[in-house]
Amino acid sequence: MIDIQALSFARGSRVIFDQVSLQIPRGKVTAIMGPSGTGKTTLLKLITGQLAPSQGSVFVDGLDVHQLARGELFHLRKRMGMLFQSGALLTDLSVFDNIALPLREHTQLPEVAIRSLVLMKLEAVGLRGASELMPSELSGGMSRRVALARAVVLDPEMIFYDEPFAGQDPIGMGVLVRLIRNLNDAMGLTSVVVTHDVNEVLTIADHAVVISGGKVILSGSAETLRASKDPWVHQFIFGEADGPVSFHYPAIDYKQQLMARME
Amino acid sequence: MIAFIERLGSQFMALTTSIAQGFWFSLQLLWAIPGALLRVREWMKQLYFAGVLSLLIIMVAGFFVGMVLALQGYNILVSFNATEIVGQMVALSLLRELGPVVAALLFAGRAGSALTAELGLMKSTEQLSALEMMGLDPVKRIFAPRFIAVLLALPMLAMLFSVMGILGGYLVSVPGLSVDEGAFWAQIQASVSWNEDVVNSVIKSLVFALTIALVALFQGVQAMPTAEGVSRATTNTVVHSSLLVLGLDFVLTALMFN
Repeated sequence: MIDIQALSFARGSRVIFDQVSLQIPRGKVTAIMGPSGTGKTTLLKLITGQLAPSQGSVFVDGLDVHQLARGELFHLRKRMGMLFQSGALLTDLSVFDNIALPLREHTQLPEVAIRSLVLMKLEAVGLRGASELMPSELSGGMSRRVALARAVVLDPEMIFYDEPFAGQDPIGMGVLVRLIRNLNDAMGLTSVVVTHDVNEVLTIADHAVVISGGKVILSGSAETLRASKDPWVHQFIFGEADGPVSFHYPAIDYKQQLMARME
Repeated sequence: MIAFIERLGSQFMALTTSIAQGFWFSLQLLWAIPGALLRVREWMKQLYFAGVLSLLIIMVAGFFVGMVLALQGYNILVSFNATEIVGQMVALSLLRELGPVVAALLFAGRAGSALTAELGLMKSTEQLSALEMMGLDPVKRIFAPRFIAVLLALPMLAMLFSVMGILGGYLVSVPGLSVDEGAFWAQIQASVSWNEDVVNSVIKSLVFALTIALVALFQGVQAMPTAEGVSRATTNTVVHSSLLVLGLDFVLTALMFN
């Protein structure tokens, strides 16, 4: 469904991705993991055409995302849903109007049908009772659930989750984990979850990809990741403080720096 | 020396890139306006935020400016025994210069900065990206209604500023300084020309509105998605649009009244 071929991307002189290739299968939950700052969110933005790569291509259902005209890209995005890290609800619209927005803009449905669809999606995320609230009245977890309802309101074929578990309490996290899996199965979606919450995501992922240093380190099932002998993957999966990924940020020699200050 | 040339070159590149981006943004915005005009509810909502909520500051400021003008004018005119033309002086000063310019400066400070801050925050909370991901163009959905609202609000506010100023001038001159009421209004009626003063005043306001809207929206969309970035963009909006308004006022005055 999503085929990334020899993708390279840099911000200034900093290389984020160097010739990355990977495939995301249709109908599965794929977890893309890696430490903070590896470019997981950037990868989602590249897949969805919010950023353009310096080299390489991203094909979604055979369409080269970065060769599409603006109108064609917007058309493709109607088949995609995205849950942003912050929820990204429009702050001047109520919960109901946020979810109704894509329907009002992209369909000719009468308001009665829109109301039914919005309430159905809100019921699915457990927030039907919050339909009249404003985004400022929601907790972080509730915002993400509303954003999830909005992301699936047009019944997309694929959905991208950007750090869905960040800053969630255990209850909120458990709710989101179940929702991601249930929505994927009930709606036949292709789900891509970008996260560094290894334990949570591996309970629901069919396929996992670990990226670091601009490369794909490992790709496979949750069991493959857990059984990996690669010291880097081992450190990441089991959350060890030191290993191939150093605890210290690269710096000049400590003693040399202290002496330089004295001079 | 080489470092200096490099710095100069990179600053020149940044400036030209910014100008090109601003030009491209303006074109996209203008292209989106006809469609956005049909979304009456959206630009009416923005007209409320940009226009109605600016009413108080504009009216109060206009009133005081008119009072000060009348007071200063009277003090000079009294030595020539020409106090009856104080109304003419107040009305022409307000319509030709102070109305459009001071209203624009106040508007840039109140509504322009609010627009930039709002858009900067929308950017930093990924609301603009969310719209794009829904297949909705933020230029049409977010920027164009705000642009239309500013273009409609400022000319009306500037005219209201002038009206309030004339009212303030009247209160100081007639009840306050015993200028003849008939002479006050008759001089205004005789000297204010519809085309030369009122229409030119509206044209000036429209140009200033266009400037403030473009600067505020562009600064908002270009703001770095951080607290510091939004703060800097907001300051830039007020500084850039104020300077542009004053510069353009000179050009327009030279063209209109020379």
